[in-house]
Amino acid sequence: MAPVIEVRNVSKQYILGGRAGANTSFREAITHALLKPFQALRGSSANGQTPAEDNLFWALKDVSLDVEAGDTFAIIGSNGAGKSTLLKILSRITDPTEGMVKVRGRLASLLEVGTGFHPELTGRENIYLNGSILGMTKAEIEARFNEITAFAGIGRFLDTPVKRYSSGMFVRLAFAIAAHLDPEILIVDEVLAVGDVAFQKKCLGKMAEACAQARTVIFVSHNLAVVEALCNKAIVLNQGRVAFTGSAKDASEFYMHTLATESAAPSSHIFDLHTATGRPVKYQPQIKGLELYTEGGKPFLGELRPGGSLRAVIHFTLEEPCFSFDCTVAIDQPSGQRVCTAHTAYEPDRGHAEKVGEQVFVCDIESIPLVPGDYKLSVGLDVGGREVDWVDDVARLRVVVSDYYGTGVVPNRGVFLLKNRWALSEEKSAVFREP
Amino acid sequence: MASTYELVIQPRKGWQGIDLRELWHYRELLGFLIWRDIKVRYKQTALGGLWAVIQPFVGMIVFGVLFQRVAAIRSDGSPYPLFVFTGLVIWTFFSNGLTLSSISLVQSEQMIRRIYFPRILVPLGQILALFLDLGVSLIFLAGLMVYYGWSVSLNLLWLPVFLFGSCLVTAGLGFILSALYVHYRDVKYAVPFFTQMLLFLTPVLYPMEHVPGSLRFLLSINPMAGMVEGFRYSLLGSPISWTLVGVSFAEAILLFALGIFFLRRLEASFADVI
Repeated sequence: MAPVIEVRNVSKQYILGGRAGANTSFREAITHALLKPFQALRGSSANGQTPAEDNLFWALKDVSLDVEAGDTFAIIGSNGAGKSTLLKILSRITDPTEGMVKVRGRLASLLEVGTGFHPELTGRENIYLNGSILGMTKAEIEARFNEITAFAGIGRFLDTPVKRYSSGMFVRLAFAIAAHLDPEILIVDEVLAVGDVAFQKKCLGKMAEACAQARTVIFVSHNLAVVEALCNKAIVLNQGRVAFTGSAKDASEFYMHTLATESAAPSSHIFDLHTATGRPVKYQPQIKGLELYTEGGKPFLGELRPGGSLRAVIHFTLEEPCFSFDCTVAIDQPSGQRVCTAHTAYEPDRGHAEKVGEQVFVCDIESIPLVPGDYKLSVGLDVGGREVDWVDDVARLRVVVSDYYGTGVVPNRGVFLLKNRWALSEEKSAVFREP
Repeated sequence: MASTYELVIQPRKGWQGIDLRELWHYRELLGFLIWRDIKVRYKQTALGGLWAVIQPFVGMIVFGVLFQRVAAIRSDGSPYPLFVFTGLVIWTFFSNGLTLSSISLVQSEQMIRRIYFPRILVPLGQILALFLDLGVSLIFLAGLMVYYGWSVSLNLLWLPVFLFGSCLVTAGLGFILSALYVHYRDVKYAVPFFTQMLLFLTPVLYPMEHVPGSLRFLLSINPMAGMVEGFRYSLLGSPISWTLVGVSFAEAILLFALGIFFLRRLEASFADVI
């Protein structure tokens, strides 16, 4: 039987610099259209300008893959590897620049749940609207209506406008609709990260159910634990190319292995982030650079002893004067699991003054008590409470094996190292004594 | 499970026609979009659907009383306020349709970036949703006709034809402007100004027959000229030039086709640019 999804040599090119190569003003466009009336409407964007070669960026290059019916197929890769672009092409939101995709069967994507929700409409009305936007017919929505409301657990708020919902209720309703789509091919993008633990369990159950019914599922994540638990096949994307194809287990091992070997030889403690690859395509590079130092102001070259200190110097620009801007330094496991974050909002003496232009934040992390192993470091910038830039995986952090406790025993379980003391007590309680 | 449905995704090159089979498949979505636009338009307003009448009504009072006295504009035989109100009803449909549809795609940014559906449904839904407003205005117009003792004739049978024509013009222009707005935010500033100017270049406040011959040719370039005249012909029995109607309909069909092609042409890059 032919594969349900065939991707053949698909490439996608973006033009960097914001508005994908559109003329920046109407005036330019009109001048252009008048001078070259026929060229003006050719090409994929509204104009026929050829942008400079170095402004071109291949988000995907020569990607081929087959997904068979019944597969639970994972796409693994760090941010900027091209996962989202591939999904956008599969779900027809954007066209590939080259190549061809064949999809056999009804496909629904949960790129982001809650799409098309209207805040003024009630929960009931939004179920119909959103269901229809996601591709359900009215009859299908009506047939599943009770199931959806039960799954979301919104009960008596059904006739309340969703703008009055708590964010948890909103997400639950949105996911409930999406989870009842029943397409032949389902694309899931990290939606399992929504809601509280109980709801996440429900969602995982729903996905497992889809797998059990031999539905085809494409799952995108950088959480390898979930990938290994749910998927049978996987590809690893790296800078827009397929780096590995195989079973989910092998793929996740490959992904971790490449991460680990790449981290072995960091060249410098200064990272120029103008053109970093770990940045989502939608962001302008506002974080310009990062410097890392460790104990005694020594340059950090990738290795840290457990409990060692780290100083991160973040260089960034504020495009407009603003009072509210924040930086994040995040430490993740290679599997994508967030371990901890340092954030400017955690600083009690932070102070707020209006700033614009070049800025430098210095972040001192007194101690990083992590179990020996590899970690990755990411930085982000929020302006006015909204994330405006994020660079994933800027630097690798290897916590080296060391005698942290002074006992000769190397801690290797869990993630964090605890300062702990143990002693045998002389006081013996009668409560736990066997009768 | 085995589906006969097969979809090929490839780079789109050149001009795209309209995929009628696909539009038919998405007909329910169009219905829901129209329903949403109607439900949402007058949410949290005290007067609600009355706004549909207030616009042409205030226009009628201002233009009707003031212009008639000051500028001594004559109608074509019907009472001038009735004449102006009738013209303004269809004009309001056109100008609101243009304003709402031109910004509609950008307003649906979130949907366009995340889900595939024929983009044309968004501006189309906005325009079709305005038929409710138009209906309310027509009821009010009926009352006004009773008040002035003006009766309808069999001309009324022509009404759907001119409504359809107005819809073609509005949708054609709306498609073009909404697609342009994705790339150029200038559209937002241009549209209100453009429709305001166009009001005076369309025989809404004056009948076409009072326009001197040389100017009449220039005014007939505007496809709404024939639609407004035809609208009054069907409701008030105003005199009409069938040449003008013919020209306007030819222009309307051309504009509509151009709009579809233009939107389909730019559609491929919407998600990347919006």
